[in-house]
Amino acid sequence: MTTLVPFDKALAAYDPAMGLEVHVELNTNSKMFCGCPTEFGAEPNTQVCPTCLGLPGALPVVNHKAVESAIRIGLALNCEIAEWCRFARKNYFYPDMPKNFQTSQYDEPIAFEGYMDVEVEGETFRVEIERAHMEEDTGKSLHVGGATGRIHGADYSLVDYNRAGIPLIEIVTKPIIGAGEKAPLVAKAYVAQLRDLIVALGVSDARMDQGSIRADVNLSLAPKGSDKLGTRSETKNVNSLRSVERAVRFEVSRHAGILNEGGKVVQETRHFHEDTGETTSGREKSDAEDYRYFPEPDLVPVAPSREWVEELRGTLPENPTAKKTRLQVEYGFTDLEMRDVWAAGALPLIEATVGEGVAPQSARKWWVAELLRRANDAGVELAEVGVTPAQVAAVQKLVDAKTINDKLARQVFDGLIADEGTPEEIIEKRGLALVSDDGPLIAAIDDALAAQPDLVEKIKGGNMGAIGAIMGAVMKATRGQADAGRARELILEKLGLS
Amino acid sequence: MPEISRDEVAHLADLARIDLSDAELDHLAPQLAKILESVASISAAVSDDVPATSHPIPLTNVFRDDVVTPGLTAEEALAMAPATDQQRFSVPRILGDEQ
Repeated sequence: MTTLVPFDKALAAYDPAMGLEVHVELNTNSKMFCGCPTEFGAEPNTQVCPTCLGLPGALPVVNHKAVESAIRIGLALNCEIAEWCRFARKNYFYPDMPKNFQTSQYDEPIAFEGYMDVEVEGETFRVEIERAHMEEDTGKSLHVGGATGRIHGADYSLVDYNRAGIPLIEIVTKPIIGAGEKAPLVAKAYVAQLRDLIVALGVSDARMDQGSIRADVNLSLAPKGSDKLGTRSETKNVNSLRSVERAVRFEVSRHAGILNEGGKVVQETRHFHEDTGETTSGREKSDAEDYRYFPEPDLVPVAPSREWVEELRGTLPENPTAKKTRLQVEYGFTDLEMRDVWAAGALPLIEATVGEGVAPQSARKWWVAELLRRANDAGVELAEVGVTPAQVAAVQKLVDAKTINDKLARQVFDGLIADEGTPEEIIEKRGLALVSDDGPLIAAIDDALAAQPDLVEKIKGGNMGAIGAIMGAVMKATRGQADAGRARELILEKLGLS
Repeated sequence: MPEISRDEVAHLADLARIDLSDAELDHLAPQLAKILESVASISAAVSDDVPATSHPIPLTNVFRDDVVTPGLTAEEALAMAPATDQQRFSVPRILGDEQ
C-alpha cells in the first residue's frame, strides 16, 4: 500500500485538477422511456414493464417532462441548448441494465458549455460545465454472500429493476484547476450549490441520502507549474456533501504518495467508504470506445424549438445563491441563523410566511424552532409537516393580539397538524384563549399568595427569584392561559412593589 | 479501404463476451474485414452533401406525456427469469463493476 502524503505537503508539490460528474434523478411521475412509476421505496420489481425490462419488441418513447427538466437545468447552468441531439446506446454487460445497454447521450448532449460560480470562503470560483445530458438510471443490485456484501466475494447478485429507466441528468464539469488547497471545499461547494439550484428548479427530490443526487469525483495531480494533467482516478457514487470533500482530500494524499515513490497512478474507478473516508480500487477504466456508443435507432432526435427554450428560460427561478444573500440581508438573519434556515429547507416557507405579513424573526422561530422538530419527529420534510405558511401567519397574528401566547400557540399547531380546523376554531374547541379579564387572574394570584406566605416574605425581602414560584402556581391555576406579563404586574401590585 | 486487424477482432469478441479460439479468429477476422469493405461501398455512392442518418424517418420530438401507465406485476416480471430470490432477478456472481 502506498504511503499517504499529508494533504498540505501534497499540495506543496502538486496542483490538483478535479472533474465532477453529478447525476440528478428527476422527479417525473413516470420513467424516461416508459410509463412506469418512479416512487422511491416500492416493493422490488413492482414498477416495471416490458420497456424498462428490455423485453424483445418493446419500444421506448421519450418523456416530455424529462426533456423539459433537462433544458431547464441546462439553462440554469448557463448552458447552450442543442438545436438537435440524439440518444445513444452505451453498450456494456452488467445486469443492472437488462437491455445490455444504457440509453444515454454521447457526442450530442442536450446542454453544453455552461458555468456555475461557486463561493468558497468569500472567494468565487467559476466551475465550467462541459455538458449536461439525458440518460436513464440503472437497476439496483444486491450482492449476496461474501464477507462484506460488496461485489468482491459475492456468490450471486439479486436485481431490482424499479429504478431502471428513471430519468437522470448527468452534469459534467470541465477540469477544475487552480483551486489548490481549496480544491476539496470547491468540490463540496459546487455540489451543494448545484443541489440548491436543483431544489429551486423543483426538478428532483434532491435527496443525496436516497441517491437522487450522486457525485463521481475525478481527481489527478500534476507537478506544480506543469501545464499537463496527470492520470486521473474516478471515485464513484459519493453520496453526501461531506464525503465529496473527504474523497478529494484522500485522493490527493494517495496520488501524491504514488507519485512521490516514482509510481504511476492507475486510471481506474474507486469506491469511497463513508466509515473510513478512504477509497479502494474498483476496476480499471475502459476507454470510451469500449462502450461502442452508437445512435439509438429506436428513438428519434430531440430538436427543441428556440421558442420552447425561451419559454422555459422564463420559468427559471431567481438564482438560489443570489436569493439567499438577498433574503438574509432583508430579514436580518445572522450567518448562523441563516445556516440553520437553509439546512432545514425553511427559506421558501419563511419567505411565504413573511409574505403573509409576519416579522421574519417570528416566521423563523416557528419554522426552525418549533415545526422543524415536529417534522423530524414525524420523519417528513418541513414543507410536509401539515402546517402552511398562511396558518403560521394566522397563529402569529393571534399571538400579537394577545389572544394566545407562544405556549398556547404550540397547542394550536398540534390542532392544525391534527386537522382540527382553523386556528380560531382550535382555540375555541380546545379552550386555549388567554384569560384577558383580570378577575380570574386576580383570584388566582390571591389564592397563590395566601397559600405561600413564606414566599411572600421572601419577595418582600428583595428575593425576586421567588416570584417564579408564585407565577407557577398562578399559571397552573389558570391552566397556562394567563398572560404572564400581566400576571407579574398584578403580583407586584398586590405586594406593593410596583 | 477499411481495415480491421486480427487483434481488433479479438478485442471486439472480448467486449461482446464471445470466447473465440485462435482458429476461429483466423477464420473470422478476414471475413469481418470483407463485410466492412462491402458496407463501405455505400460511402462511394453518396456525395458529401448527404448527411449520415441514424433513423429512416425524418421525425423529431416524439414525446409522451409524463403519465403513469400500468406495467407488469412482480410475478409477471419475474415469471420469465431463470432464477429469482427475494422478489428479485437472481444473476451469477458479477465480476467487474457497476456503471
